Amino acid sequence: MAATSTASALPAPAAGFKALIALVGVGFAAALYRFWVGLGASTNLSDSVPWGLWVAVDVLSGVALAAGGFGITAAVYIFNMKKYKSIARPAILTAWIGYTVVVIGLVIDIGKPLAFWHPLVMWNPRSVMFEVVVCITLYSAVLALEFAPAFLERFKLTGLQKFLKLFTFPLVIAGIVLSFLHQSSLGGFFLIMPHKVPALWWSSNLPYMFYLSAIALGLAMVSFESIVSARAFKREQEMEIIQGLGRGVLITLGLYFAFKVGDLAYRGALSQVFSSGKASVFFILEMLIGVIVPIGLYAVKSIRESVNGLFLAACCVIVGTVMNRFNVNFFAQAGPNSNYFPSIVEILITIGLVSLMVLLYRLAVTYLPVFHEPGKSH
Amino acid sequence: MATNNEKAKGVLVDLTRCIGCRGCQVACKSWNERKTGKTTIEGNFTNPKQLNSDTFTRIAFIEQDNGAQPVWSFVKDQCMHCQDPACLSACPVGAFTRTPEGAVNYTFEKCIGCRYCMVACPFNIPKYEWESTNPWIRKCTFCSDRIADGKIPACIKVCPTNVMLFGNREDIMKEAEKRMKDSPGKYVNHIYGKEEAGGTSWVYLSAVPFDQLGFNTKIPAQKLPDLTWNMLGTIPAKVGALVVGLSLIAAFRNRGANNDDDSSESKQGKEK
Ligand code: SF4
Ligand code: SF4
Ligand code: SF4
Repeated sequence: MAATSTASALPAPAAGFKALIALVGVGFAAALYRFWVGLGASTNLSDSVPWGLWVAVDVLSGVALAAGGFGITAAVYIFNMKKYKSIARPAILTAWIGYTVVVIGLVIDIGKPLAFWHPLVMWNPRSVMFEVVVCITLYSAVLALEFAPAFLERFKLTGLQKFLKLFTFPLVIAGIVLSFLHQSSLGGFFLIMPHKVPALWWSSNLPYMFYLSAIALGLAMVSFESIVSARAFKREQEMEIIQGLGRGVLITLGLYFAFKVGDLAYRGALSQVFSSGKASVFFILEMLIGVIVPIGLYAVKSIRESVNGLFLAACCVIVGTVMNRFNVNFFAQAGPNSNYFPSIVEILITIGLVSLMVLLYRLAVTYLPVFHEPGKSH
Repeated sequence: MATNNEKAKGVLVDLTRCIGCRGCQVACKSWNERKTGKTTIEGNFTNPKQLNSDTFTRIAFIEQDNGAQPVWSFVKDQCMHCQDPACLSACPVGAFTRTPEGAVNYTFEKCIGCRYCMVACPFNIPKYEWESTNPWIRKCTFCSDRIADGKIPACIKVCPTNVMLFGNREDIMKEAEKRMKDSPGKYVNHIYGKEEAGGTSWVYLSAVPFDQLGFNTKIPAQKLPDLTWNMLGTIPAKVGALVVGLSLIAAFRNRGANNDDDSSESKQGKEK
């Protein structure tokens, strides 16, 4: 790709780039192996734990990580919070790459990868899984259109760009609605098994909990990326923006915490917080790391105003929410005979997919006008 | 919903009659042409320990002590053929169907292998061909091929002590209640499957409390698919409300700003 003024303004990717490519390569080889020998030989999935690391991380968490895409576009276009406009594109990019990788992860996870298209023609409207597949497909298309201006700008197709602009609002609204539907439906997967999921997690409100925590996670992810990109490209940190994002995360986490505690109390399950054995340990860890500690961090002024503090808080939210998805998924299946730890192939593929996400992101921000350089127009 | 129509069949499993001969287990394997493998008996006599893609039914051997001597219970496991099956509602491609007789069957050509049916089934019945590169879900078919042919399921046919009674579900439910009334104190006062998961085609009578026999007694007496339908069914209303609400907010928050939207993006860099 020839460097244009935009591209040459950014340093070529260097450090860590080769390592990323290597990890993606290893993951690719592991995926080939998985297709070659089947799920039984390559994973530790079994009849007692049919959903493992890939469902928990590559699908449930991957989708939630990409929630920043609709969160930021809602802030910018619906609520007219102009200051976030500069991060709308990176957020949409993250979401788009996130969904692409989620779909790759899904194809690797399902037992019949060649049948991946079946839900698009064989409909079961009573299935949450069907609804999620439809929403993810539609939303990927919406994200592609929302990100298209970056390509059009890069290749100077202003006519098309103008035309696409007409659809900005409908696209943004479609994106928010689709996101609400499937982000909550990921929690909806588990509604049908009230007797399997421990009371610490199961609630008829599970879909809304997944939705709220996805917003917190999505915003945390965007601030994580802004901080890391600014460091990598030696730009100045945009304090106003990352502090604003931090406020957003804090408010969402506060709501989530109140909702969670209220829901536990309403269902009379508060006493189980400490009395559910292994589930309690994981539940408390998830709440501490993902909710309570970050709320504490954001509440302290000196932490809230430092880049490192905000970075740490964002990391906590990311780790804690991924733990939550993992816990819900695992304990929904955990019976007396379940024990599951992902196999090396499962781990390598997951690492490969995460690396692929980072790699695509770095390529895109290097060669496409994703970040508008402060004090520099093109 | 085709629940409880005249043709809906059911099976009453009277556990007090089972002698643990495993005849049903063998008959099921041979009728369904399932592989047999070398197995070992470990810890207790249940073999294999779990249902799997080659074992649609098996007898669990449960040993309890009443002080003087061991007391054995033998429990047959297979798909319960729910009246409103969780597996059927969960499957994204509609691979499960429920026949008018009440058999819940699986269409392998549709399946994508997402395994949601396995996670969603309250009784953990669907099993997967993990070792295959083109795997299917496998489970008891209620011998619907035999039923269609006017025969009774293979496992019921071979049972030497008539543990299982096949008939219209309504009739077998009446029979279950009759047996409980005729022999007071013989059975625990519960017909497992009468209400579990909204009612199942296969129901059980037992002399030993069900939770001691490995039955999950926490399964709610509710049609489980309703739990997800409560969410899915309201989607059109939610979509409508969101679209209207978001449009109004957008119009309000962006009032008077529509025209400079075009230029704001290109000015973006300079603003800072
Ligand atoms: S027992 Fe499980 S597999 Fe059988 S019909 Fe009910 S939900 Fe489906
Ligand atoms: S594994 Fe197959 S049958 Fe089971 S829910 Fe998924 S697509 Fe349906
Ligand atoms: S009904 Fe048929 S498939 Fe089901 S357990 Fe009996 S023999 Fe096996």
